[in-house]
Amino acid sequence: MTANAAIVDEALTAIERTPRMRALRDTWLIFRRSVVLTIRQPVWILFGIMYPVLYLVLFGPLLDKAVGQAGGGVSAYNWFVPGLLIQVALFGSAFVGFGLIAELRYGVVERMRVTPMSRFAMLLGRSLRDVFLLVLQAVLMIALAIPFGLHLNLAGVVVTLGLMALIGLVMAPLSYSAALALKSEDAFAPLVQGIVMPLLLLSGILLPMALAPDWLRFLSSINPLTHAVDAARALFNGDWGNPEIALGVGLTTALAIGAVWIASRAFSRANA
Amino acid sequence: MTSPTPIRGTMIGTTDLRRTFKTRGGSVEAVAGVDLHVEAGEIFGFLGPNGAGKTTTLRMLATLITPTAGEATVAGADLRRQPQLVRQRIGYVPQGGSTDPAETGRGELVLQGRLYGMTKGAAEARAAEVLATLDLEAAADRGTGTYSGGMRRRLDVGLGIVHQPQVLFLDEPTTGLDPQARARMWQEIERLRELGTTVFLTTHYLEEADALCDRLAIIDLGRIVAEGTSDQLKQRVAGDVVTIGVDGAAASVLSLVESLPFVREASHDAEGGLVRLYVDRGETAVPHLLRSLDAAGLAPTSIALNKPSLDDVFLRQTGRSLREEAA
Ligand SMILES: Nc1ncnc2c1ncn2[C@@H]1O[C@H](COP(=O)(O)OP(=O)(O)O)[C@@H](O)[C@H]1O
Ligand SMILES: [Mg+2]
Repeated sequence: MTANAAIVDEALTAIERTPRMRALRDTWLIFRRSVVLTIRQPVWILFGIMYPVLYLVLFGPLLDKAVGQAGGGVSAYNWFVPGLLIQVALFGSAFVGFGLIAELRYGVVERMRVTPMSRFAMLLGRSLRDVFLLVLQAVLMIALAIPFGLHLNLAGVVVTLGLMALIGLVMAPLSYSAALALKSEDAFAPLVQGIVMPLLLLSGILLPMALAPDWLRFLSSINPLTHAVDAARALFNGDWGNPEIALGVGLTTALAIGAVWIASRAFSRANA
Repeated sequence: MTSPTPIRGTMIGTTDLRRTFKTRGGSVEAVAGVDLHVEAGEIFGFLGPNGAGKTTTLRMLATLITPTAGEATVAGADLRRQPQLVRQRIGYVPQGGSTDPAETGRGELVLQGRLYGMTKGAAEARAAEVLATLDLEAAADRGTGTYSGGMRRRLDVGLGIVHQPQVLFLDEPTTGLDPQARARMWQEIERLRELGTTVFLTTHYLEEADALCDRLAIIDLGRIVAEGTSDQLKQRVAGDVVTIGVDGAAASVLSLVESLPFVREASHDAEGGLVRLYVDRGETAVPHLLRSLDAAGLAPTSIALNKPSLDDVFLRQTGRSLREEAA
């Protein structure tokens, strides 16, 4: 064996001795690359910032009075903003598969799969980028909503951001798995739309489910996102005794673990 | 750069390598039993038409897909049992490119180095070295989306050699490049061999296989139909190639020339416009041929005498022309 090969093998044994360290390091590398490449795209800045502003300015005032009666709580914005935040988490993660399909087409994914890097890091690095960006968007939105009359419960806000991160860790890995399986935007787009729209409409984000007929309210109650929304609203009101908080956070955590597990299998499958 | 001492012996060896794809319309045997032997330090070419199974073979050898059957050893590691070791020792440049248009050339190279386990400093130094070697320094900090086709392809190669692999797989490195960029790429590939890297490339260009490769295998429909140096393969065709333009009278011309004692083998093309024959000594055969055709009242529209090309080898083995398929 040559000197060159010996060095490579030495590096390899060091890596194989500590696969966890390797996964952690690779996750960081992929996270950083993905954040930089996303933020470099002017499209992201536009949508990432315009979207919260538009909702607050053009939709918020409409709800101000209507929701006051049905929603309850400290202010209409304390009902409206937590729901919007959950929507930000959903939209910020459900569609990320589009980016992976582009990377598949560029050959970037195949190139990385030939390196000895951790397969789990390919998934986690990208998912954490999505979580990071959606939390960034959320902070911006919260700051913008304060002048409109949002009352801040700081501890509640922090836990809500954590809940949003968990939603990101449910939807982003699932979105990536679907992208790996379908490999084309034409197949991916209708699938994601078909899942996201019902989830959104049944979650009570846009209007209080208290206004809904019984059958709709039942459907809403089996939507995990509804419980995340209810949890976020309780958190924003500092209503710590509300059982929806534990239910929403617990349910989302369980789903995140399941989603990451499924997606890590998809990424480590040999023939993807 | 410390050039690795070349390793002697087998770099790639496969036995009865197979891969079947299941599709909606049934199953496709993309690679149907390939036995390969690539020596350390050589440029080995895999020549075949589109759909022959070149990419599928390469993707198996690069650990991207698992073989349906068969065994392979790559750079001293067992493909099935030690895929991680294979990954560490090889470089692979995919057919359709491998870079993100929003990332800079330098950014891609540094990341690639780090994914192979280098420290930040080592990866940055190596990226600078590769950029200099491939003459990409001026464009190093621009997004790869702004690169020309030739520059992007050179960067792809750079990404494959960041970690100084023992063997580099190049899937159609020059497809779609203009002649100048192609010549440039050939130079880079030859330089890699000088540094001791084994290169395994695929191509459907006859000239590329002829000019660049030390040895080659011709693959068609998932099977290797011929293997050896370019000269060995051409010698197997034996003698010279005479092509006669016949303008419709292919069948009668063919039966006439087949009866001539000095014609070893003859055939006509699908359209019936050309008859091709193999003879031992072309310069004496042509006058004989013309006289015989004349005597039979058959007037050829053209006649050409050539040394056999790799296309003749392909034609002889498969009955089809690679030049026509590639066009
Ligand atoms: N992922 C796949 N699924 C189904 N069929 C495939 C797949 N990849 C390749 N094939 C088929 O296998 C054959 C060989 O393809 P390929 O290896 O790409 O050929 P080449 O690289 O020589 O052009 C073709 O018929 C192709 O359609
Ligand atoms: Mg191919």
